[in-house]
Amino acid sequence: MANILEIKDLRKSYDGGFEALKGVNLEIEEGEIIALLGPNGAGKTTLISMICGITSSTSGDVKVAGNCIRDDFRAARSLIGLVPQEVALEPFEKVINTVRFSRGLFGKSRDEAAIEHILRRLSLWEKRNNAVKELSGGMKRRVLIAKALAHEPRVLFLDEPTAGVDVELRKDMWDIVADLKADGVTIILTTHYIEEAEAIADRVGIIAKGELLLVEEKAKLMARMGKKELEVQLTEPLDTIPKSLAKYELSQTHDKTSVVYTYDTRGERTGITQLLNDIAAAGLSFRDVSTRQSSLEDIFVTLVQEDAA
Amino acid sequence: MNWTAIKAIYIFEMARFFRTFLQSLISPVISTSLYFVVFGAAIGSRIDQVDGVSYGAFIVPGLVMLTVMTQSISNASFGIYFPKFIGTIYELLSAPISFLEIVLGYVGAAATKAMFIGVIILMTSFFFVDIQIAHPIAMVLFLVLTCISFSLFGFIIGIWAKNFEQLQLVPLLIVTPLVFLGGSFYSISMLPPVWQTISMFNPVVYLISGFRWAFFGLEDVPVATSLLAIGFFTALCLGAVYWIFKTGWRIRT
Ligand SMILES: Nc1ncnc2c1ncn2[C@@H]1O[C@H](COP(=O)(O)OP(=O)(O)O)[C@@H](O)[C@H]1O
Ligand SMILES: [Mg+2]
Repeated sequence: MANILEIKDLRKSYDGGFEALKGVNLEIEEGEIIALLGPNGAGKTTLISMICGITSSTSGDVKVAGNCIRDDFRAARSLIGLVPQEVALEPFEKVINTVRFSRGLFGKSRDEAAIEHILRRLSLWEKRNNAVKELSGGMKRRVLIAKALAHEPRVLFLDEPTAGVDVELRKDMWDIVADLKADGVTIILTTHYIEEAEAIADRVGIIAKGELLLVEEKAKLMARMGKKELEVQLTEPLDTIPKSLAKYELSQTHDKTSVVYTYDTRGERTGITQLLNDIAAAGLSFRDVSTRQSSLEDIFVTLVQEDAA
Repeated sequence: MNWTAIKAIYIFEMARFFRTFLQSLISPVISTSLYFVVFGAAIGSRIDQVDGVSYGAFIVPGLVMLTVMTQSISNASFGIYFPKFIGTIYELLSAPISFLEIVLGYVGAAATKAMFIGVIILMTSFFFVDIQIAHPIAMVLFLVLTCISFSLFGFIIGIWAKNFEQLQLVPLLIVTPLVFLGGSFYSISMLPPVWQTISMFNPVVYLISGFRWAFFGLEDVPVATSLLAIGFFTALCLGAVYWIFKTGWRIRT
């Protein structure tokens, strides 16, 4: 499928000279959900702000469906919807009018059916005549999304859509994202919640200190980068680990009935066969073995630490 | 040119105006009425006539100008400052519009509101004094030009301001004195010669003079000079706006 978004060597230095983004390259296919995962201050908002035209870039190129965001900014921006990290809304205006405004601002002619469709999808229809300031925090976030969708964009940026949002609303948000994906909208979301990236993304990009450390399909990322744990349940509790097993750096569970071996699936050999042989040779017998895949969180922590080192 | 976007901004801004329609109108109407009572009745009873026009009528163009200028500035500066303040500016910046459309939308709405209030003030004054307008078309032209140029000026202030204090600062420290000293309530010819010369450096003098000419055919300075002055002021503001547009000053980081 064609790339809807192409980012080439995008850099940003803020006025003080601080380098917030250090050359980001990224290509995004139409229809996918990509999560940019990174700690606070990584440069996620800066990246999105540059693509959307809120912040100017220091150097680099961005194309949206082939349109350069500088030279063809009208064509490029018409395709983009942005849900910002901070809730920013005209407090005294009615919900429906703020959404109409957004549609007009993006040059789309008035279409009440489209507005109704968007408001209903976000469960805002009942609240359409309320002033924005009368809404709860969660509802305000929905209004932000409705505004971003008002001009029927093909690419939607969600900057930390669930930061500070309760669990229920987070699940709702994920449903909305899935729903939009079904419509073919490309979604780029930033988050510092790993579970969020894990739950909804097709691909995950890891960003830290202004650099995109890697971008991988979520499943591949976990398989390729993932450490796995092998738990060996022993028939008898084990007081101390025999010297002959020292090289495996085993850890023990609390009740000392199991030993846990951590291995890297990237390695040529995992060392499992040898470990099991050596356990038997040490005179221990085991009842069961199981493996556990580490989560994105572990991968993330490992990567960011490697980067810092 | 994205006309739909300009319309959207314009309608949204006008909605803000009509939401607070009564407040928007009551305060200028009350203050104007007070001016009539204080200046027209109290002082007017001593001044009687200025160049053959009753004092009450004489101050009408100045009062309308005073209102229109302050309203243009406050509407336009607030109109663009508010989105910066509450953060909704992100939407303007991410929309497929250029700065030109933003200016047209906001300045257009601010000028319309000021015009609206100016007309109401004029109508209010009809209750107090009897006036005929000698050159109605010129009067409307002056009014429109003033609304536009001062809205542009207000827009620049709104972009420049980093907080509410700054937003009030320029109108309070510069514009209000200039307007009061610009001959709203007197003819420049009534001043001592030194002050007449100093007044010639006050741009507002030219606007009020031109506007008053449209009413009574009286002029402190030739009406052509007035037109030139307002044209110059408009060009200056347009230049500044263009520069802001080119550099993204105080808008895009
Ligand atoms: N306007 C600005 N001026 C200077 N530095 C900024 C500005 N905005 C963000 N930064 C800095 O850039 C870095 C990246 O910020 P941001 O993109 O907001 O990170 P994230 O969204 O990943 O939390 C941070 O160190 C932040 O302090
Ligand atoms: Mg951020």
